[in-house]
Amino acid sequence: MTLELFLQNLANAIAVGSLYALIAVGYTMVYGILRLINFAHGDIFMMAAYFTVFGIVDFHLPWYFACIFVIVLTAGLGMLIERVAYRPLRDAPKDSILVSAIGVSFLLENLANYLFSGKPKAFPDFLGLMSTVSFGSVTIQKVSLVVPFVLIICISILLFIINKTKLGMAMRAVSKDYEIARVMGININFVIAATFGIGSSLAAIGVILWGMKYPQVSPLMGVMPGLKCFVAAVIGGIGNIKGAVLGGFILGLIEVMLVAFLQPLTGYRDAFAFILLILVLLVKPTGLIGEQITEKV
Amino acid sequence: MKDKKKRNIICTIILVIVVIALINFANTNLDAYVVRILNLCAIYTIIGLSMNLINGFTGLFSLGQAGFMAIGAYTVAIFTLPLDMRSTVYYMEPMNAAIANIHLDFVPALILGGIFAGIAAFLIGAPVLRLRGDYLAIATLGFSEIIRILLTNWQSVTNGALGINKIPDNANNMWWSFGISIIVLVLISLLIRSSYGRVFKAIREDDIAAEAMGINLFKHKVMSFVIGGFFAGIGGGLYASLLGTVDPKQFYFTLTYNFLLIIVLGGMGSISGTVIASFIVTGGLEILRGFDEPLVIGGYEISLFRPGFSMVIFSVLLMVIVLFYRKGLMGRTELSWDRLFNFFAKIKAKFSPKTAKEGGAK
Repeated sequence: MTLELFLQNLANAIAVGSLYALIAVGYTMVYGILRLINFAHGDIFMMAAYFTVFGIVDFHLPWYFACIFVIVLTAGLGMLIERVAYRPLRDAPKDSILVSAIGVSFLLENLANYLFSGKPKAFPDFLGLMSTVSFGSVTIQKVSLVVPFVLIICISILLFIINKTKLGMAMRAVSKDYEIARVMGININFVIAATFGIGSSLAAIGVILWGMKYPQVSPLMGVMPGLKCFVAAVIGGIGNIKGAVLGGFILGLIEVMLVAFLQPLTGYRDAFAFILLILVLLVKPTGLIGEQITEKV
Repeated sequence: MKDKKKRNIICTIILVIVVIALINFANTNLDAYVVRILNLCAIYTIIGLSMNLINGFTGLFSLGQAGFMAIGAYTVAIFTLPLDMRSTVYYMEPMNAAIANIHLDFVPALILGGIFAGIAAFLIGAPVLRLRGDYLAIATLGFSEIIRILLTNWQSVTNGALGINKIPDNANNMWWSFGISIIVLVLISLLIRSSYGRVFKAIREDDIAAEAMGINLFKHKVMSFVIGGFFAGIGGGLYASLLGTVDPKQFYFTLTYNFLLIIVLGGMGSISGTVIASFIVTGGLEILRGFDEPLVIGGYEISLFRPGFSMVIFSVLLMVIVLFYRKGLMGRTELSWDRLFNFFAKIKAKFSPKTAKEGGAK
């Protein structure tokens, strides 16, 4: 193995890890508040990719406007899903909500397949980030250089919202104890909707950059990233934003490096995440930096 | 009381005779397409029951059914494939020498498939069943994906992405599929009524309370999971034999959603509900498939009907049931003769108000 090859893969791993982190944060936020795996998150991500394609290719929006269009639309979709599929079941048994989440995910996939056809569409290079730059003999895609900075900016804004604003305080209260928060006069529905909106808009930002790296849009494109990012969130400790970022990086690093240096395992790439998940759950079920949850009777 | 018991036994005997007569009739008189669908219904019943045992009766939210099915299906496919056909099926890479000359009859292969699926269920269940609800869902889903990835990459045994075709057609005979599904139905009913079944239900209702009562949670959860995996493997084996071909793409985890719809529609924790729902869902999916064809009325092509429409309806249905009819058709109750006769009596009373009033006055 040469140093160049290593550096190249490292850059790739950091980029993939950052993307995983962006999506994993969406999972972890929803889980933190509702204790629900938002199965539809990966499919919201997929829909955002279609929104981007339509915004750029069909409506010819300028890039900055397209970004806002996609983020707002995706946030809206996330809130709509929460309103239609999760809110009516707020007091229902856990299993029903889980089935509902699976139903939404399946519906979005089938709807995309029906409306936009199963044929993959090309993701437009509207930010000019698909081309590569060379540092000596190391060639890196431009998007790989941008992604970590976007991640840092997004997470900073997010942490600011959560720690410094009134909405963030309400979010923390709801995630700590949902019933008490309601009794204290917090508008639970608003807080939950806002959480879905923020999580979904992070998925939208994620997909704009993801599309630059993997420029193919298809109805099932969200499934694997969705599942893997959930795994990333669990590895870091679900419900914890820093944990999600950490988990995303760990997963990205392991995946890219294993494929790069153990070529025969390439076919098993998608299985790593799940094997890792089972291992982590065995050794440290609350994740690397998750809080200990005591079982309440 | 005694009369009722007698009546119930007579009704059961009549039902058994009617079912046998119907199977006999359908097997010889109906066309191949309908027989195929009915067989699929029976096979889906087996897998639906196995999933309901895990999800509905023990309260473990597992999404691994497609993985167990895949194990059963591939076992049957590999071992029942006639020896002289193997080189034509495995043309990319010859079959692994260790299994290349082993040929089994259908029934041993089917049972072996169930056993393999049960072993896989144990291996995955032992670490994962300590987890609660939603973690378990993801971990089992991950397991079914791992199985699928393994099947795609293990070229010398599973023939990789090409899959295996020319599997001898055994299950496309109603005696096989219905016979086995009735056996499974009886076995699972007996299990649910046994002391183990009561333990499973106790775990579902409140696992902490169950543990406090001295129930070994881990042992019983693993047991339910392994039995469920075993039957799903049997169902998968029948499925492979019915279709005549297996490939990894069939066992994508969305296959599990079919059975999820079946148990949610039938009622989580109802055996008779699962049976009814299997027929409704499988038959319904076949009918819905018609919506995928373009429909032309009076020269106009209605653009609503195009490929993918049936699956949209399918997923909307799942959502509607869980949002508005959370209990499904049967809830947690079972269909019984007493219930059926009471139901008819009620309807009768409704349509003859006089007798109802008189009955009330007495």
